[in-house]
Amino acid sequence: MNTLLIAEHNNETLADATVKAVTAAAQMGGECHVLVAGSGCAAVADAAAKLDGVAKVLLADDAQYEKQLAEPMAALVVSMADGYATIASPASTNGKNFMPRIAALLDCSQISDITAVIDANTFERPIYAGNAIQTVKVNEAKKTVTIRATAFQAAGDGGSAGVEAVGAADNPGLSEFVNEELTKSDRPELTSAKVVVSGGRGMQSGENFPMLEKVADKLGAAVGASRAAVDAGFVPNDYQVGQTGKVVAPELYIAVGISGAIQHLAGMKDSKVIVAINKDEEAPIFQVADYGLVADLFTAVPELEEELGKAGL
Amino acid sequence: MKILVPVKRVVDYNVKIRVKPDQTGVDLANVKMSMNPFCEIAVEEAVRLQEAGTATEIIVVSVGPAQAQETIRTALAMGADRGILVKTDDELEPLGIAKVLKAVVEAESPDLVILGKQAIDGDNNQTGQMLSALLGWSQGTFASELGIDGDKINVTREIDGGLQSVKLAMPAIITTDLRLNEPRYASLPNIMKAKKKPIDEKELAEYGVDAAPRLEIVKVAEPAEREAGVKVETVGELVDKLKNEAGVL
Ligand SMILES: Cc1cc2nc3c(=O)[nH]c(=O)nc-3n(C[C@H](O)[C@H](O)[C@H](O)COP(=O)(O)OP(=O)(O)OC[C@H]3O[C@@H](n4cnc5c(N)ncnc54)[C@H](O)[C@@H]3O)c2cc1C
Ligand SMILES: Cc1cc2nc3c(=O)[nH]c(=O)nc-3n(C[C@H](O)[C@H](O)[C@H](O)COP(=O)(O)OP(=O)(O)OC[C@H]3O[C@@H](n4cnc5c(N)ncnc54)[C@H](O)[C@@H]3O)c2cc1C
Repeated sequence: MNTLLIAEHNNETLADATVKAVTAAAQMGGECHVLVAGSGCAAVADAAAKLDGVAKVLLADDAQYEKQLAEPMAALVVSMADGYATIASPASTNGKNFMPRIAALLDCSQISDITAVIDANTFERPIYAGNAIQTVKVNEAKKTVTIRATAFQAAGDGGSAGVEAVGAADNPGLSEFVNEELTKSDRPELTSAKVVVSGGRGMQSGENFPMLEKVADKLGAAVGASRAAVDAGFVPNDYQVGQTGKVVAPELYIAVGISGAIQHLAGMKDSKVIVAINKDEEAPIFQVADYGLVADLFTAVPELEEELGKAGL
Repeated sequence: MKILVPVKRVVDYNVKIRVKPDQTGVDLANVKMSMNPFCEIAVEEAVRLQEAGTATEIIVVSVGPAQAQETIRTALAMGADRGILVKTDDELEPLGIAKVLKAVVEAESPDLVILGKQAIDGDNNQTGQMLSALLGWSQGTFASELGIDGDKINVTREIDGGLQSVKLAMPAIITTDLRLNEPRYASLPNIMKAKKKPIDEKELAEYGVDAAPRLEIVKVAEPAEREAGVKVETVGELVDKLKNEAGVL
């Protein structure tokens, strides 16, 4: 039985999360088919067809899928669910929105946010903010799965799958897109960046974030934040790293003025190298940091920018 | 307008949990339990809609053991009108909970159901979306702002790229995100008043739905521990170590 992976994209480019999710989906047994549902998104389907491990790409190109709203997406996927043992997607806010709706319509269980595939029916996933790892087995014919992309390597691009068009399903007509306010940035996307520089409550205000941005620009890094910094309005909601925000696992994570609450650690403790800059030497963030600097961030961060410059960055 | 708010009793967010040595689960003996924080936000939003004159009645429901009474009382002290406890000692899965909640919705006919986006124990982030599917209703997940507009509801949602606004047909399912509101603390007089508010106790079997667990938990293990590294004295030393020792620059 095959796996249907629903692609994450913005109608123009295939998200890095999908490229990683393919690696997980390819381990779930049978063929991996990728569904690209969107509007004017043929280029995305072509990109998906080049990924190693993809046997077929299904393209549902229709205005009603432009924003991947849950109600029409679920209707579409349910209409084509026959023949698939597993329906999967990255654990993005889109996937988290429509996947449980698909599961309930198919009367099957969902395994959320998997971090390892043990076999076609058995998965690992973090619970309790990553303080425990659950191994779950599904003993039924169908299931839905959301994939924590940062836990998997990107698939190669040596593939050449065919692209088939699929028709739209009836739109349940329950929801309507009004508008969106997307954060504009020339920096890399938070969840796929190789380096992340995050600020917490210690930053004191949004006006101080440009200080971190200068360091981020030297490192080609994305900028993130703790919940406290988002709640205080320093930065937008999509900066939040943690249990209930984004999960990141870059090569280098620099936490500045962040205490290291378990909810924050849940979103970054799988980073390869962690640096903490905090003036309180007792801050729990130091318990997970490879390199800790006890210092006032308002002197340490400008100095860091300067030292990186001296190091040729 | 009638609002139903499902609330869940979970380990308090400040508790550092321990995995049982036999790997069958998490040790919950004698740990502090509280209302799931996202459910608190859901209750708060319902109470604000009532204070604004939009909502006429708020019913809270919890599916769980007898102690889930306390969680319902907390919601009543925040301002909800009455509670329903669906008693079970089984550890139901999101689809099972959604099926029970569907039966409660059919009995109570609310116009809006507000749930938390995720419970901080299971971290599933499924129940609201599943309930919405079973009812054939619209869903506004990860809400940071709500506005009732005649027979529609405008919902601003926290998404990966920023914020998205959708207009939904009512009745609707809403799930809360952190920025929707800041929940109040119940005052002592309201805690006293809540003791007199009714809680209807039901047995799970009374709803006649098949909510039996379907997944097999093979094991629950400790995550890989991360060891603390070293403290550096200066920024210069930090950059040197990142470059020459860690090799990440
Ligand atoms: C349901 C729920 C979900 C949550 N989800 C998340 C989540 O997804 N992500 C998340 O991050 N949090 C989350 N939290 C919040 C979490 O519990 C913490 O409150 C939050 O992470 C704290 O943010 P902080 O470290 O920036 O702030 P604080 O804990 O206030 O820490 C600020 C730190 O800055 C340091 N500092 C201050 N000034 C300076 C200075 N001048 N120089 C150097 N250091 C300085 C201080 O020593 C302190 O350690 C959640 C909480 C709940 C209840
Ligand atoms: C083998 C097994 C072991 C388990 N072990 C534990 C355990 O040790 N501790 C434990 O607490 N749970 C345990 N569970 C239950 C399970 O982890 C979840 O609580 C359940 O599946 C619901 O998922 P969730 O709370 O993560 O849902 P989510 O979808 O994340 O919850 C979102 C929202 O749904 C609503 N909701 C969820 N559950 C309820 C409820 N019961 N009543 C009313 N509203 C609700 C709330 O509004 C909540 O904010 C176990 C389940 C199984 C099958």
